[in-house]
Amino acid sequence: MPNNDKLIIGGQEIGNRFFTGTGKHASNAIIPQIVEHSGIEVITVALRRVDLSSPQENILNYIPKQVKLLPNTSGARNAQEAVRIARLARATGCGNWIKIEVISDNKYLLPDNYETVKATEILAKEGFVVLPYVSPDLMVAKALVDAGAAAVMPLGAPIGTNKGLQTKELIRILIDEIKLPIIVDAGIGRPSEAAEAMEMGAAAVLANTAVATAKDPVLMARAFCQAVEAGRKAYLAGLGPTRDVADASSPLTGFLD
Amino acid sequence: MSFYDIYQEAKNIDFEQHWQSVTDNDILRILTKERLDAADYLTLLSPRAADFLEPMAQRAHRLTVQHFGHTMLLYTPMYLANHCANHCLYCSFSALNKLKRKKLSLAQVEEEAKAIAATGLKHILILTGESPAHSPVSYIADCVGVLKKYFDSISIEVYPLSTEEYAQLVAVGVDGLTIYQEVYDEEMYKHLHPRGPKRDYRYRLDAPERGCKAKMRTVNVGALLGLEDWRKEAFFTGLHADYLQNKYLDTEIGISVPRIRPNVGGFSPKVDVTDRHLVQIILAYRLFMPRAGIAVSTRERAELRNHLIKLGVTKMSAGVTTEVGGHSEKDSAEGTGQFEISDNRGVDEIKQMLLSQGYQPVFKDWQCIDGEMPGESV
Repeated sequence: MPNNDKLIIGGQEIGNRFFTGTGKHASNAIIPQIVEHSGIEVITVALRRVDLSSPQENILNYIPKQVKLLPNTSGARNAQEAVRIARLARATGCGNWIKIEVISDNKYLLPDNYETVKATEILAKEGFVVLPYVSPDLMVAKALVDAGAAAVMPLGAPIGTNKGLQTKELIRILIDEIKLPIIVDAGIGRPSEAAEAMEMGAAAVLANTAVATAKDPVLMARAFCQAVEAGRKAYLAGLGPTRDVADASSPLTGFLD
Repeated sequence: MSFYDIYQEAKNIDFEQHWQSVTDNDILRILTKERLDAADYLTLLSPRAADFLEPMAQRAHRLTVQHFGHTMLLYTPMYLANHCANHCLYCSFSALNKLKRKKLSLAQVEEEAKAIAATGLKHILILTGESPAHSPVSYIADCVGVLKKYFDSISIEVYPLSTEEYAQLVAVGVDGLTIYQEVYDEEMYKHLHPRGPKRDYRYRLDAPERGCKAKMRTVNVGALLGLEDWRKEAFFTGLHADYLQNKYLDTEIGISVPRIRPNVGGFSPKVDVTDRHLVQIILAYRLFMPRAGIAVSTRERAELRNHLIKLGVTKMSAGVTTEVGGHSEKDSAEGTGQFEISDNRGVDEIKQMLLSQGYQPVFKDWQCIDGEMPGESV
């Protein structure tokens, strides 16, 4: 792998291309262990769960200082709420990276792309490094580029489903057409699926449920990191072409030479 | 179109015939389905499904962990007043009962808030008796104004309001609504509510929908279990929650499963809802609506609540008193409670119990984001 293969978001180099979250864990105390054993560099945290007034309950206290904090707007139902949560996050000292989550569908938890574009436009102008979570859609991704997004985070499958890369073809189009980092977020349930996304050329993968609900979350986080790294190496190495039939040992058209 | 139309249709189902026709294979087939419909839900509430509680529990647990993780939201109720204009036969607050009537002043509300906030809880559910004269919307709004200084999320459980009134409360910082139909069976409803504004079945039935229209973030429905055939009541409750979830996608819909408790009026429940029945309801509901919240209050005893954690429950009350002013002035407030609770554990005890089961007690899961913020220009 080339030494200069770094993911750059908002001017910051990210070495480990597997991102994870803080939700659904049985205890926040496991987060430092995950970071220690996997070298994860980016962790998303729902501002809705941040409790600054209680040192014991404040999830931020469990995130090691070297980790890049990616606060998210989980709970926002529209652009206005997402913007307010983002501003609160910055005022709270969570930095200027923000993952926009606008979900107005509590049945499937699908993102509202339209409101997400609106929130991205407002926050990018305010100097945030905006990483919007969206359903994969080329026109929306183009609008996000125009709006000033720092990356695009399409879902592989609905949040929490662990169903993998159900939106593979649409993500492939985003990877081909959008010049921003494409970070596959949501739905990834297995390290092999994360590797597949990386082999396609995704810039990074974020998975939370798959780690948090594993029997051994620390080991699972390591497995994801290794799979993501392997997928990235495969992408850089250039995958060999696939064939529908085996190479014929006795060509049928050889007589034409 | 309102849920009333769906209820009108559903009440004509031949429940007994459906349940008698259920086979073991029907249940096994449902347990392999990815998405359940209302008929599946009805089947899981059948007497035959009671033999399948363990496989239902295994699936309910998996679904709950998948969607909510190993977490449990904690909240506590705060009773603002117990004045009531209704004659409900099963409730201590009924105007028929001799009860020490009380309503907190704003200063007392603040004392209550301080006492609860000291336990670390950030989510609060405020309740009143159903007396618009004693506890008008303006009073509730004033109380919310005080409580906002101490809590990140404020829900209400009060008499049914109009959409505009709910919107007024949303505007001042209320984000959740809990309102129980008590009993969905319309005839029984009339019987149990002989006098008072609560007698209006339809106005109460449509209240959760008005809360959704007013942009409440969370809306919680429920039947008071024991007032009628629990299988039918649980079915109607699930249908109601499903109706709301499908129509108001931006509102988080949940249910509560309160069983009737001893009360001042001495009302005896018509139906015995056993622990096994309660578990079957919770499991069937979780399988029917995998992403919906399920709340269990301190009406249930500690040991049972401990076991219910892994069966689909996502919200639990802790450090509970049903007395008006009960958090800050325990002695003087005695005799003003709505019902006897069964789990007297404090917040720390509940927290430790959750941790011992491998669950994270969540004190804060939302933050009211209204009010002015510098530089805002959305």
